[in-house]
Amino acid sequence: MTRKQKIQGARAWLLTDTPDSAFQAAAGRFYLGLLEFFHNRLAVVGLLIILALITTAIFAPQIAPFDPVATDLANRLQPLSAHHWFGTDEMGRDIFSRIVWGSRLTLYVIILVAVIAAPVGILVGTVSGYFGGSIDTVLMRITDIFLAFPKLILALAFVAALGPGIENAIIAISITSWPPYARIARAETLTIRNSDFIRAIRLQGAGPLRIITKHIMPLCLSSLIVRVTLDMAGIILTAAGLGFLGLGAQPPSPEWGAMTSAGRSFILDQWWLITMPGTAIFVVSLAFNLLGDGLREVLDPKSDS
Amino acid sequence: MLQMLTRRRLLKATRQTLKLLVIVSTTFFGLLLITFLIGRVVPIDPVLAVVGDKASPEVYEKARLAMGLHLPLWQQFLIYINNVLHGDLGVSVLTAKPVTEDIRRVFPATIELAVTATCIGVLVGIPLGVFSAVKRDSFLDHVTRVIGLLGYSLPIFWLGLMALMVFYAQLDWLPGPGRVDVFYEDIVEPVTGIMIVDCIIAREWEIMRNAIWHVILPASLLGYYSMAYLSRMTRSFMIEQLRQEYILTARVKGVTEWKVIWVHALGNCAIPLITVVALSFGGLLEGSVLTETVFAWPGLGLYLTNSLLNADMNAVLGATIVVGSIFLGVNLLSDFLYKVADPRAR
Repeated sequence: MTRKQKIQGARAWLLTDTPDSAFQAAAGRFYLGLLEFFHNRLAVVGLLIILALITTAIFAPQIAPFDPVATDLANRLQPLSAHHWFGTDEMGRDIFSRIVWGSRLTLYVIILVAVIAAPVGILVGTVSGYFGGSIDTVLMRITDIFLAFPKLILALAFVAALGPGIENAIIAISITSWPPYARIARAETLTIRNSDFIRAIRLQGAGPLRIITKHIMPLCLSSLIVRVTLDMAGIILTAAGLGFLGLGAQPPSPEWGAMTSAGRSFILDQWWLITMPGTAIFVVSLAFNLLGDGLREVLDPKSDS
Repeated sequence: MLQMLTRRRLLKATRQTLKLLVIVSTTFFGLLLITFLIGRVVPIDPVLAVVGDKASPEVYEKARLAMGLHLPLWQQFLIYINNVLHGDLGVSVLTAKPVTEDIRRVFPATIELAVTATCIGVLVGIPLGVFSAVKRDSFLDHVTRVIGLLGYSLPIFWLGLMALMVFYAQLDWLPGPGRVDVFYEDIVEPVTGIMIVDCIIAREWEIMRNAIWHVILPASLLGYYSMAYLSRMTRSFMIEQLRQEYILTARVKGVTEWKVIWVHALGNCAIPLITVVALSFGGLLEGSVLTETVFAWPGLGLYLTNSLLNADMNAVLGATIVVGSIFLGVNLLSDFLYKVADPRAR
């Protein structure tokens, strides 16, 4: 069989109307989703930027030409040059190297927030939706209380209590991020709860724990993934905002928001101090928005335009 | 007949709103619980903050008793609720004044920004959304999309700094941070607290012109975010409406296209748009924290961050309660309007 035939064979296997196994059906659906996703060029651009961010974070020591925290006062506030690509800051640190190392902090924040907030949200939402009644009322009231605050303000109050620092910023952002996920998971659960297949499983003797974790949660995942991806941009902006206010990562760590804040005193003459880290925040949050929009079209066909 | 109908609808809306009021008060209660707990876990000793660290143990103990810190936690919480309901948010360590008084002083500056920004958002964002829904995939539609995407992706503090750098530092078209130039400060008597209105009352036209120049940059910055959100939402609401059959009917009847779009379709979008505008107003309160820091605008946001950096917990929690309550109030109002305007909302 030639290579071309092999590819055609694989395509036919994926696109068949009569799949032989659940795996084949799932693979076929995945393939179609992939095709649709790659059709959306902007979403692919977003994905590429995020992959670049991850690569940069992993290989930061190899990519960055200078130490991100080593001060060199003889070379402070140097403009862009072949030596210092993005110039140097008020302590003579190379801004390019700091941005490269800062990608680790950004990635650290979004991964941890997603890992903390999404499971909490999905748990609260599915339990609330599945059991209904007073459990639902109590859990949704609590969710509403958290939703009643503007996110950044509540995060600020929590950071005030916990003290500044990147870990506390992550906790504060997570505490304020889970309620929308709970709402989504609850809405999904309500539509699934009364369907026949859930009744069938219940008749087979499955308990609530099994039904929620094995049958309801997986069905909530796709809309949750879309929402989390779209939220990533907001999480990055909130974390950068906290850093900017001096409540997130503390100096000298190369957090992009804190770098922008430090550059404020120099906007009259040294434009690169605020421009470079701010652009980094913008590019990464834009990438998550583009990717999120692309994923929404693939995974959540209900929402249009 | 029509009057009867409206009255019945209004009655029903009021009844539902009352029910909502119960929900809102439980939410408010939860809000207070959160701020109370935050105030208790904070590693700052509230007694030391009042008496200072040179106080003798007797003075310290006296102050602790006076502040009710020896009582069980739930009693402290009840006292706290009682105080907040009476408008007592404690005394700010930083300004040595009651937090309520401080907030009353700084709040108009934030309202000035948020209202101007909402006006920009509504007046520019909604028409933009309508035009791009009517002419989908046109040049204007792409512009709206880019505006929306940038609004969701640009850090507001950074955009503010960039705007300052370009329009103030480089081009010198607009003044720098602050509400007025330094030499105009504290001249006008603060009657309403809104600079421009105060200037009109005091007939200080020179300062008024200066204040207007100062408000342009921060208000357009916040307005941009409001516009980005509103145009995107309007666009999707309008697309949904324009698909409906009553639009076709109206067109077949020979209603002018202008009327179909701006009266029939947009009229039906008005109801969800109320909620969206309310939500965006809440978003502006949030954005004002960062905007006010960038523009040294002496409003609630700057007050909040200054108190935070100085570990002035009473002020932080007071400002949080105020912002949370406004957010709640705006949501309640939008819900009420929604129910009055939309007969389907039950």
